[in-house]
Amino acid sequence: MNYKDDFPMLKNDIVYFDNGATTLKPKCVIDKMDDYYFNYSSNAHRGDYSLSLKASKEYEDVRTKVRNFINAKRDEEIVFTSGSTDSLNTIVYGYFKYNLNEGDEVLITKSEHASNILPWFELSKEIGINVNYIPLTENHTVTLENVINSITDNTKVISLAHITNVIGDVRPIKEITQYAHNKGILVVIDGSQSVGHTKVDVTDLDIDFLAFSAHKMLGPTGVGVLYGKYDLLNDIKPVRYGGGMNVSFVNIDEIEYKQLPYRLEAGTQNIAGIIGFGQAIDYINRVGIDNIEELCSSLKEYIVLNLKKIPHIKLYNENVEGSIVTFNVDNVFAQDTAIYLDKYNICVRSGSHCAKKLDDELGIKNTCRISIYFYNTKEDADKLITALKNNKILEESLGV
Amino acid sequence: MDSNLKRALILENYEKPFHKGLIDDDSYLKENKNNSSCIDNFDIQLKIEDGIIKDIRFDGEACAIATSSISISITKLLDKTVKQALDIIENYEKMINEEEYDEKLLEELIVYNDIYKQPSRKKCATLGILGIKDLINKSISGDK
Repeated sequence: MNYKDDFPMLKNDIVYFDNGATTLKPKCVIDKMDDYYFNYSSNAHRGDYSLSLKASKEYEDVRTKVRNFINAKRDEEIVFTSGSTDSLNTIVYGYFKYNLNEGDEVLITKSEHASNILPWFELSKEIGINVNYIPLTENHTVTLENVINSITDNTKVISLAHITNVIGDVRPIKEITQYAHNKGILVVIDGSQSVGHTKVDVTDLDIDFLAFSAHKMLGPTGVGVLYGKYDLLNDIKPVRYGGGMNVSFVNIDEIEYKQLPYRLEAGTQNIAGIIGFGQAIDYINRVGIDNIEELCSSLKEYIVLNLKKIPHIKLYNENVEGSIVTFNVDNVFAQDTAIYLDKYNICVRSGSHCAKKLDDELGIKNTCRISIYFYNTKEDADKLITALKNNKILEESLGV
Repeated sequence: MDSNLKRALILENYEKPFHKGLIDDDSYLKENKNNSSCIDNFDIQLKIEDGIIKDIRFDGEACAIATSSISISITKLLDKTVKQALDIIENYEKMINEEEYDEKLLEELIVYNDIYKQPSRKKCATLGILGIKDLINKSISGDK
């Protein structure tokens, strides 16, 4: 089935392979947000009139959709944020700042995104926790064995991407949480590249905290989700205070805050975006998450198989499960390759992809990344492969 | 300039850049210059003596346009007076920004006279030379 007709951006004859950065939006998502702005624009949870009640209902319906989508136990476990970065910062600064002590250890890896490294670095400077790295295998992946070998008596948290954004490897989350929980260690998962790409069941995986962004799964920018097991989430001290999250306040000693999830949603949220996000979830459910995974995986195999035949292409991650292909063209700077491909309306990302510790592992700082989503087709792949077969990529990238 | 010649000059300076590699000498002024929107990143060193550009060196990772343009800039600016160098840089900036400029002053640097057609490359083409300009200005203000 061809999904391209559902995506207005794809009418522009582009080949979009930068889905790891953000995905395109189907028309139904855009229409749903327009509908809010055109027909019932109002604040949620604030008014007694029917427009506001409709906005509130649409908003809360999305919370239930998210809960069902990740199989959380309660609606209250779903907090809307501005994106994964916001969610991860709230987890680190609202929960761990008050539940870790000097000398406690957080385990991450060198292939994490900046958003799962920098909050921990800053907390380390603030309260003296240690941030250490789980070693990666030679294929740059994480194994349960490496996790087990990295755990010390001081380890209190393991914070990992479910799927990484440069290598695309899928981490064995269920095995990790099971082992970690036996040791009293909490597990934080950055689901930015996994939710909407593969089945993420927080109950089955037994994840303590999960962060993900709507815009990486067909939704609008500026919307994300913070999931936490109820008791953990309830222990988060808000990092933002203001309207919408308080019940009453008289003076500094007499303040009452709302229950979850509202306590963690201070200020007017991105109502249109959240309502649009609900449509994105409905769309993904219609396509089917298993189908999405299969479509991405088979297209990735096709691309890898064909790029391997091109002598001047070096692949960095052909042995991983995720739908990301990381490569360079011999003697061509990654950015020049991306600019060359842009001449054919092929969008790929070049750079360090916000994973700035990864060059320690890959031995190279900058790469090109092809990140696939289900609307990409074999025709897209063929255009990319043909363009990369050219042995004058550098010359043609110059634009002179 | 003919396109083939332009390409050849750019590639030659990208593949074998002039004065690449820093030296350990405190008499040089030093600055890091990077493009936040892309991945070009240079460390640049400058030595001025008696108002003459004596040496410019650089190191770092960057695309073909950024690397070749700093390389060609260095060849053009060496042994010039500070005033001549700033004149060349000003004219180069004007060329990149599609303003009127003195072509003769720029010599080989005119290989980038079409870069305005690729707006995303403008920053690449100016990263190095603007770093050199910063260092010259630093040197002037330090002299006062």
